[in-house]
Amino acid sequence: MSKPKFAMYWSGSCGGCEIAVINIHEKILDVDANFDIAFWPVAMDAKVKDVEALEDGAILLTLWNGSIRNEENEHMAHLLRKKSKILVAFGSCATEGCIPGLANLAPLHEIFDVAFHTISTDNPQGIHPQPVTKVPEGEISIPLMKDRVYTLAQVVDVDYYMPGCPPESHQIAAVIDLVIQVLQGKAELPPKGSVIGAGGSTVCEECPRKRGVKTIKAFHRIQEVAPVDPDICLLEQGVPCNGPATRSGCDARCPNVGAQCIGCYGPAEGVIDYGARLVTAFASVIDATEPEEIERILDGIPDPTGQFYRFNLADSLFRASASSFKKNGQSPAKASGA
Amino acid sequence: MSAETKKPKVGVYVCHCGTNISHTVDVEQVRDWAEKTLGAEGVVISRDYKFMCSSLGQELIEKDIKEMGLDRVVVAACSPHLHEMTFRGASKRAGLNPYLTELASIREQVSWVHTDKEVATEKAKAVVAGAVERVVQNEPLEDIRVPIHPDTLVVGGGIAGIQAALEIANAGFKVYLVEREPSIGGHMAQFDKTFPTLDCAACILTPRMFEAGMHPNIELLTWSEVTNVAGYVGNFTVTIKKKPRYVIEELCTGCGICVEKCPKKVVDDVYEAGLGYRKVVYTPFAQAVPKYPVIDAPNCTYFQKGTCKACEKFCPTNAIDFNQKEEFINVEVGNIILATGYDLFDARRVSNYGYGRLANVFTSIEFERMCNAAGPTSGNIVLRDGKTQPKSVGIIHCVGSRDKNYNNYCSSICCMQSLKFAHLVKERTGATVYDFYIDMRTPMKAYDEFYQRVMDEGTLFVRGKVAQVTNAARNEHEEGKLIIQVEDTLAGKQRRIPVDMVVLSTGMEPRHDAKETSHLFGIGCSSDGWFTEKHPKLDPISTMTEGIMIAGTATGPKDIPASVAQGAAAAARVLDKILQKEVVLEPIKASVNQEQCSGCRICNGLCPYNAILFHEDRMVSEINPALCQGCGTCVAACPAGAINGTGFSNAQILAQIDGLLMDVNLAGA
Repeated sequence: MSKPKFAMYWSGSCGGCEIAVINIHEKILDVDANFDIAFWPVAMDAKVKDVEALEDGAILLTLWNGSIRNEENEHMAHLLRKKSKILVAFGSCATEGCIPGLANLAPLHEIFDVAFHTISTDNPQGIHPQPVTKVPEGEISIPLMKDRVYTLAQVVDVDYYMPGCPPESHQIAAVIDLVIQVLQGKAELPPKGSVIGAGGSTVCEECPRKRGVKTIKAFHRIQEVAPVDPDICLLEQGVPCNGPATRSGCDARCPNVGAQCIGCYGPAEGVIDYGARLVTAFASVIDATEPEEIERILDGIPDPTGQFYRFNLADSLFRASASSFKKNGQSPAKASGA
Repeated sequence: MSAETKKPKVGVYVCHCGTNISHTVDVEQVRDWAEKTLGAEGVVISRDYKFMCSSLGQELIEKDIKEMGLDRVVVAACSPHLHEMTFRGASKRAGLNPYLTELASIREQVSWVHTDKEVATEKAKAVVAGAVERVVQNEPLEDIRVPIHPDTLVVGGGIAGIQAALEIANAGFKVYLVEREPSIGGHMAQFDKTFPTLDCAACILTPRMFEAGMHPNIELLTWSEVTNVAGYVGNFTVTIKKKPRYVIEELCTGCGICVEKCPKKVVDDVYEAGLGYRKVVYTPFAQAVPKYPVIDAPNCTYFQKGTCKACEKFCPTNAIDFNQKEEFINVEVGNIILATGYDLFDARRVSNYGYGRLANVFTSIEFERMCNAAGPTSGNIVLRDGKTQPKSVGIIHCVGSRDKNYNNYCSSICCMQSLKFAHLVKERTGATVYDFYIDMRTPMKAYDEFYQRVMDEGTLFVRGKVAQVTNAARNEHEEGKLIIQVEDTLAGKQRRIPVDMVVLSTGMEPRHDAKETSHLFGIGCSSDGWFTEKHPKLDPISTMTEGIMIAGTATGPKDIPASVAQGAAAAARVLDKILQKEVVLEPIKASVNQEQCSGCRICNGLCPYNAILFHEDRMVSEINPALCQGCGTCVAACPAGAINGTGFSNAQILAQIDGLLMDVNLAGA
């Protein structure tokens, strides 16, 4: 009997998720033992046409890592959706846009300008990438950028979500174990749409620090707090820790070693807009009544988008700044300069 | 009842509100549109009516619920503040759970704030769509009934507070009357005569003070302040700080020997408005209630230097106790009346009138004390030297009022107060009186007759706003006088009128700490600082916070009869609630999903009703439903989204937003 097929794909992301998968060490052998790896460009050679040749639904499990940044990503998302029984948005980029999603703060032409035409760019010929370029051998093309960064679920139907930047290796191993057990008829899949490989509460639940009633008189960058009390809740020490709104599952790694949670596991169950939740939560425990004093305390968070939407902007209720929506943006082809 | 299993049947009722709505919104168009377009959302019938809140309008809804089997109702009409209860009642009568009825405000939020009918009609549709999507997510809820504690707290022992306390106490219910000064009586106790009847203020006030002081149902807490308010209508817990008097009330007989023997005098800035002196151990005035004196610790020689103790030595009942500390007591009450009064406008702010710089410029309260037979000059109207009678007096209206540099509003009592002063000057000195007014406002009973009388007595009226009061003489007639520079708008010319004495009819201002007080009690406060009524015309003594009433000048300038009437009205409202024995509360409560709560404790310090409990053992927070008032503070604050507010679930709110944004279609969104 042939083994069920497994695929993993990398779109708009850094690649850390792929490494996290490899980082499950000898567990990877279980993957090989139980699956036929149909398509995994990072790990082995494969061609898109081979995937296209497969019957629909031929792949049992696809882990999709990365945001949808360009039309090629989108095309591959549709292709792998069609070919897969189970499509998992794997990691923060696929589930919520992650760092690439912060590009949604600016319209596309600005992004291109910064990337190709600012003083820090060595581009003496003023080259500006074009979707189609004539070369002596004929025409070559590159995929068009989309107007903004999308999450996987904003483009295709997704079965499960696995958060984390990247997902913790022990969580990946547990999910793989679960799928193998399902294959062996020893377990059942969770309901479609579930978040897997993570907890149902927040980072605070896993954080060993002692928590009291919160009253914040100032926010500090962590390096400005000397010394950081190793036993007390960081937020109570004025360090803007995102743990209270962030999904559990990472074992509170950052607070455990004295760094604030930056929110890479995404919104907790029940949180609709991650940043908005944190904004209201932080604002609620500011201990001041005078507007000037409140203003001063809030100035302690100089980059609110970075603080509250570092990972979640593309999946927030806002999705993006108004200027980056298509009708206001500009496709790279129209951006002149080259 | 779940929206998934059974398609809801929603009825939409669009009100014309006479022409209030239909003038700016095409009501028929909204009705047709709702029925045609919102069918997918569950709308099965849509009607319009001239006055939906009328009994015929309500019957229309009841009939449809019964005959068509509607299970959701949206009434597009006015604000829920006005008629939510009305329409919930209609649904209830027809057998539908009242919480399955939503009001879409297309009057306050649409027709009253727009002029373009086309745009307003589109907005009305969006508001209706929001309400329809929301109501589908509503769940049936049951009202909660809680008992009302029969005791009442009255804050402020001026005439309004005294009146309110007496009304309730006479009806047989207990009242705590809190006053931050050593005696009740308020501003009225400082006055000499009251307009327009020229009654002696003390003669009509002190019997009331005495009655309040002796009443078996009134517990007087003077020299005390409210520091915390918890709970909700029917069940408030109020913390009151009793400042140390250094006099043991149980032992003190009020004989006054301590006051007599105290060797130190200080200027009395409060009761005597700085014109007189009082001892360091003192009662503000002879008829003070209660009779117990207070030791002014910051000025007391014993507290400063550790010696003296004259009062202690001479007290025949050993009632002096220098070791008294401030004491905090908690009282349980069902209702609260705030009658916290006003502050006088500080005349120093109008520097061109010279108060504080020119000796013979007086404020109205100084003048009141001067006229009072028990006051610092024994009722003689004299210049600042304490002996010279003025031969001419100028009285200036609207000091600090009706002036955009200070307060835009009219202080309402200053015209009559000025006329009273003019009469008293005439009566007691025979001096020439000039009265400078902008407009003469004498609208209440017998007020204008008093104005006529003062005119007949020979007071000279000059219509115009005084530019300045100066002592810089330009000729020998002005030498040694105060010169009032004014544009006489009736004569059409500038005038300089030299006088010996100037009285500034200073206006009323909200208490300097009115904003803090409004926060403490959780009521609204205008930008000026006056407490906000539930409805300025129809409910002037209630606030938006159930169980908290307001009375007297705390809500805005008014005279004594109006303050007394409000005190009595607030008391009647409280008695009404007490006699109902229980209050119906909306079943809007917050609850914590224990699975999702990680015990971050963000919410723990936020609850105004102390309803949130933290379980150290399980590391989760929990909300006590008996204490929760459904304010939503914790729901908004919970970073984990673990707290749900009944009636305001995420599903409801997002559905409403979806409806409101029905015509928004962003490319690629």
